[in-house]
Amino acid sequence: MDLYEYQAKDLFAAHGVPVGPGQRVVSEAGAARDAAAEFGVPVVIKAQVKVGGRGKAGGVKLATDADEAFAKAGEILGLDIKGHTVRRVLVTPASEIAEEYYFSFLLDRTNRTFLAMASAEGGMEIELLAVERPEALAKVPVDANDGVDLATAKEIVTAANFPAEIRDAAAEVVVKLWDTFVAEDATLVEVNPLVRDPADHILALDGKVTLDESAGFRHPGHADLVDAEAEDPLEAAAKAKDLNYVKLDGQVGVIGNGAGLVMSTLDVVAYAGEEFGGVKPANFLDIGGGASAQVMADGLEIILSDPDVRSVFVNVFGGITACDAVANGIVQAFELLGSVSKPVVVRLDGNNAAEGRRILDDAALPGLRRLDTMDNAARTAAELASKGA
Amino acid sequence: MAIFLTEDSKIIVQGMTGAEGRKHTARMLAAGTNVVGGVTPGKGGQTVEIGGELLPVFDSVEVAIDNTGADTTVVFVPPKFAKGAVIEAVDAGIGLAVVITEGIPVHDTASFWAYACASGNKTRIIGPNCPGVISPGKSNAGIIPADITSAGRIGLVSKSGTLTYQLMYELRDLGFSTAVGIGGDPIIGTTHIDALAAFEADPETELIVMIGEIGGDAEERAAAFIKDHVTKPVVGYVAGFTAPEGKTMGHAGAIVSGSSGTAAAKKEALEAAGVRVGKTPSETAELARASLVQTVSS
Repeated sequence: MDLYEYQAKDLFAAHGVPVGPGQRVVSEAGAARDAAAEFGVPVVIKAQVKVGGRGKAGGVKLATDADEAFAKAGEILGLDIKGHTVRRVLVTPASEIAEEYYFSFLLDRTNRTFLAMASAEGGMEIELLAVERPEALAKVPVDANDGVDLATAKEIVTAANFPAEIRDAAAEVVVKLWDTFVAEDATLVEVNPLVRDPADHILALDGKVTLDESAGFRHPGHADLVDAEAEDPLEAAAKAKDLNYVKLDGQVGVIGNGAGLVMSTLDVVAYAGEEFGGVKPANFLDIGGGASAQVMADGLEIILSDPDVRSVFVNVFGGITACDAVANGIVQAFELLGSVSKPVVVRLDGNNAAEGRRILDDAALPGLRRLDTMDNAARTAAELASKGA
Repeated sequence: MAIFLTEDSKIIVQGMTGAEGRKHTARMLAAGTNVVGGVTPGKGGQTVEIGGELLPVFDSVEVAIDNTGADTTVVFVPPKFAKGAVIEAVDAGIGLAVVITEGIPVHDTASFWAYACASGNKTRIIGPNCPGVISPGKSNAGIIPADITSAGRIGLVSKSGTLTYQLMYELRDLGFSTAVGIGGDPIIGTTHIDALAAFEADPETELIVMIGEIGGDAEERAAAFIKDHVTKPVVGYVAGFTAPEGKTMGHAGAIVSGSSGTAAAKKEALEAAGVRVGKTPSETAELARASLVQTVSS
C-alpha cells in the first residue's frame, strides 16, 4: 500500500525523523487559509496524490500569506494530476533550503535483500538521475539481519558524497529512516528531497512510503491509512468480501483460481478480443484454490455489478479443489444470486473435469455456456462482449 | 534422477497437525511420498493418524531429523510463525525446505533468506508462497495435485501454481521429471536459474518448460543464463501482458513498476536467448510437445 506524503511524514515523525515545523492536511481552501494564518509564515501548498511529478503539474505552490494560501489551495484542489484528482492539500511552513539530497531504503528483489540509495544531488527525479548520472547515486546493500547502525549509516552517506560537515547529522536521520522502514514493515521509504537548512539541520521535506500488506497482522493501525474514498468502489466492495480483485477497463469480467492462471486468462481474453473490435478484460479476480459456492457467488456478484461488463468468463483449473465441487459452486452461486443478467462462459479443466461439466450441463443454467478449452472459452466470451450481450 | 526431490527423499511436515498440514500430508502420502513425521512445537511425543498411517510428531526439526533421518521439510505454518520455522529448519541443517505458506511479510522472508545465506546456504529453500515440488511417481513435497500426470522427460519451473497444473495437464501424456513451483513473492529462495541449472544437469530431463509472470527481473536473468549455460530446449510462457502498472495482481511480487517487470520485456529477453515463448498456455504446450518430439527423434 502506497501512502500519501502527509501519512509518510507522520510515520517519519513518529520514528524521530525531523520533518520540519509542522504540517496540516486540508480538503478546502478556507482551511488552507486558516492553517497558513496559524503558521504565520510563508507556506508551501502541496497536492496529496500518490503519483510523482506533482510540481511540474502545478500541484506544489508557495504562498506568502493566508489569502494567497486560500487562492493557491483553491487552484490545486480538484486538479487532475496524471489521472489522480487532488482532494487534499498539505499546508506546511516553507523551509529555507541550503542543499537538497536524495535518500531511500527499498526492497532489492534481484539480490534478495534491502538496498540503501543515496545521492548528494537531490531534488531531481531519481529515475532520471539513475540513468543520466549513475555515478552520483550510491547503492549500498543492507543485510536484513544486520540492519543499519550509525556506522553503517555514515558509510552510506559518505559513499553518496554528502558534504563531510553534515555526515554525522545525516547519519542520525538515516538510522531513524531505517527504524521506520523496519518497524513499519515498509518495502520503500524514500525522501526526496532530504534537505540541509542554513543551520545545518537535516530535514525530510517529502516522503514516499510503501507498506507491506502481508504484515498487516502486526500493524493494526495500518488499516486506518487506507483512503477508502479514493478506492475504486468495486475494488472496495471486493476487499470487504476478502476477494482478490483489480478493476481494469475492459468488457469481459474474469473469474479464475490462482493468480498466475487469472493473469494468463486476462491475456488470452485480450488476444481473443483483438478479433472483436478490441474487447478487453474488465477485471482481475482470483478466487483461490478453495472456490466455495459462496466465494463464487460473491465474485459473480461483484463482476455483474460492474456496468462495463458485458460477458463473464469463469476459468477454473481443478487442482486441489475438484471440478465437480467448482461446478456445484457455480450452480449454487446462480441460485444465491437469483438472476444472472449477463452471459457467463465457463471452462472447467483438470481434476474431475468430466463430472464437473456434466453437473453444469444438467443444471442448464440460463445464459451459461460451457466450453472445453481456455482459448475457445476466451474467444466466445470476447465475442459475446462485442455483441453487447 | 529428477531434481531436488527423489524417491529416496524423507520428508517431515512443519505444521502437520494444523488443518492444511494434515490435509496435504494425507495427499502426499497417497501419492507415495515418504513422509516420516511432523513438527509442531509443544506436541512432541504424540502420534497422529493421517491417511491410515501413524506419524510421529516432534517438538523441533532437529529432534525430527535425529529420529527419522529426514532430509526435506514442507512448511505449512501460518505467516506469523513462518520465519521462526524456516530458521529452525536451517539451524537443523536440513537439505531442502519447501515453504508453502502464503502471506509471509517480506521483511521476514528477507530475514530468513539472509540467515540461510549467512549459515552457508546448506539448506535449499523453495518458496515461500509456492505449491512445492513434485517428481511424479517418486515424491511430492507440497500441494501440487499428484494425479495430473506421471513420470516423464519434461522439467517445469514456474512462479505460479495453477499455471503449473495447467501445463502439466496439457502435457499429461508426456509426463514430467520434476515440476518446481518457486512462488510468486518478491523474495524467493530457489530461482528459475537454480531450477534451470538442475534440469540441465538431470539426465532424465530432455525439455524444460519455464513459466514466468510480471514483476522483478528473474525471467530476464534466467534468459541470460539459458543463453550461456543451457543446452536442452527451453519453452517459455509469461503471464501478465494486460496487467496495468502499479497494481499487484494476486501474487505479492506480481507488479509492474514503471517500465520494469513487464511481460513484454520478459518475453523479448527469453526469445533473444533462443527460448520459444507461447502466447497462451495451450500454445506453450504445443511448442513443448513439438520440441520434445523433435528432440527424441533427432
